[in-house]
Amino acid sequence: MQANWVLEAYIFVLALFVGFQLISKVPSVLHTPLMSATNAIHGIILVGALTVALAAHGPLETALGTAAVFLATLNVVGGFVVTDRILEMFRRSPGGGRKEHE
Amino acid sequence: MNSLVQVAYLLTAVAFILGVMRLRAPARARSGNLLAAGGMLLALVATAAVLPAHHLWWVGAALVVGGIAGTASARRVPMTAMPQMVALFNGMGGGAAALVAADETARYLPAFPPAAAAAPALFTVLIGSISFAGSMVAFAKLQELIRGRPITFPGQKPVNLLLLLLLIGVALLLPFDPAARAALLIGFAAGALLLGVSTVLPVGGADMPVIISLLNACTGLAAATTGFVLGNNVLIVAGALVGASGTILTVLMSRAMNRSLANVLFGSFGKLHATHLEQAGTEGEGVRATTVEDVAALLAYAGKVAIVPGYGLAVSRAQQEVRDLMDALLARGVDVRFGIHPVAGRMPGHMNVLLAEANVPYDRLYDMESINPDFPRTDVVLVIGANDVTNPAARNNPDSPLYGMPVLNVDQARSVVVLKRSLRPGFAGIDNDLYRNPKTMMLFGDARESLQHLLSALKDVA
Repeated sequence: MQANWVLEAYIFVLALFVGFQLISKVPSVLHTPLMSATNAIHGIILVGALTVALAAHGPLETALGTAAVFLATLNVVGGFVVTDRILEMFRRSPGGGRKEHE
Repeated sequence: MNSLVQVAYLLTAVAFILGVMRLRAPARARSGNLLAAGGMLLALVATAAVLPAHHLWWVGAALVVGGIAGTASARRVPMTAMPQMVALFNGMGGGAAALVAADETARYLPAFPPAAAAAPALFTVLIGSISFAGSMVAFAKLQELIRGRPITFPGQKPVNLLLLLLLIGVALLLPFDPAARAALLIGFAAGALLLGVSTVLPVGGADMPVIISLLNACTGLAAATTGFVLGNNVLIVAGALVGASGTILTVLMSRAMNRSLANVLFGSFGKLHATHLEQAGTEGEGVRATTVEDVAALLAYAGKVAIVPGYGLAVSRAQQEVRDLMDALLARGVDVRFGIHPVAGRMPGHMNVLLAEANVPYDRLYDMESINPDFPRTDVVLVIGANDVTNPAARNNPDSPLYGMPVLNVDQARSVVVLKRSLRPGFAGIDNDLYRNPKTMMLFGDARESLQHLLSALKDVA
């Protein structure tokens, strides 16, 4: 138990560092899709929601678990779909863009 | 747990990291999002495959209904409403994390889980509920269901602090009182929800980019701590990634507004500058008004034009007109760029999305750092619906509340045209010296109408 806890803390801290490195290189033009994509990624909570809902005993646990699955699904599906819609709109200039008048 | 599932989780974590990495370039960003979605699907299938299939009907129904509702709302939402959509989905994630942690605690009732599981579970309930309730308030403000101005009451800060201390007290009481445990748990969750509401209520509408980023970080953290509760590594990794992202954006947005996070949360900006509002807007002298025809001639014979859009552009729904103007100028051989301040809009990067929606290519969108050195070589700057982010006082007037804020140095261009309804000061209520600059001309009127007139005037310029 104790060893697990420490290992998980390691994973958490290292992932934080990776996150800071990754995100700080995203240009501000893409900050909205970045936010909505990471928003979809924290929908990974659906994994947790499924874990508790599918293994639930008794009505209280089932109700809480089912509600969690519902909210998390909204988060995941809505998040990825909306990010795709945003990114679909980002287009380059016809014929190369930026360099053309410089 | 099954080691095959662990391998699937590892692949998912890699997909998330590579997906976010692809968000560095607009051309590859879409594939990055798809990669992350694929990783998510893998984790979900792996999870469901090894679990006992209790309550399949309930869980299946929740998945189907949630999936349909999520897709439908994500497809329909207009880009101007993107901030509230993101806030809504963010709240769903926070609420789900709180429910999972509550479920995990309820499993032990009337006994109490071991401390190593109980501490992260209670923390997840706390932070997830704050994120859920806070996001709902942010959604209501952005959707204008409640007023966007800061809502404050006397003694707000001590009350919030007291509430937090009370919650910690309840959490500490839980292991010792088996009889009242269920009631205490419910009280704990209710108090956390209340804390979320009362934290976001005093935050003003223009501070939303900061608060949305912060709530995003909270939900990420809640997902990560759920990973500690369930001993699930993919939750920890994904939650940490999102937590880091939300934190970075929070810091960037606060800095771009020249304020500390504490000031955003507790400062109630709208009230802070009430005095400035009274003294500003009285003097109109030294301001040069111009006509559509003059501006059209100026633009038509310019070599390099920069357009600085603010949220006022979106309010008057003039994105399409501004794009038509860009096309007309490009057709005449004029170089057109857009200079975008980090807080133009209601969430980080919002203005870029609104312009992309109007088919402005992303290679014409410049962030503040890359366009600022270019202003001295720019012939005309067109400021549309932006105010405080162009105020030179931020650079050269230490007495100004804006002093130190990073701004677009439009006053360094050869001439500046400001499209504005009136001389009313901007959100911060601070007078803008730019309007009295001899290089500046004011084109008064609604942004959209002015642009339409400008377009037809441009056709008449030989």
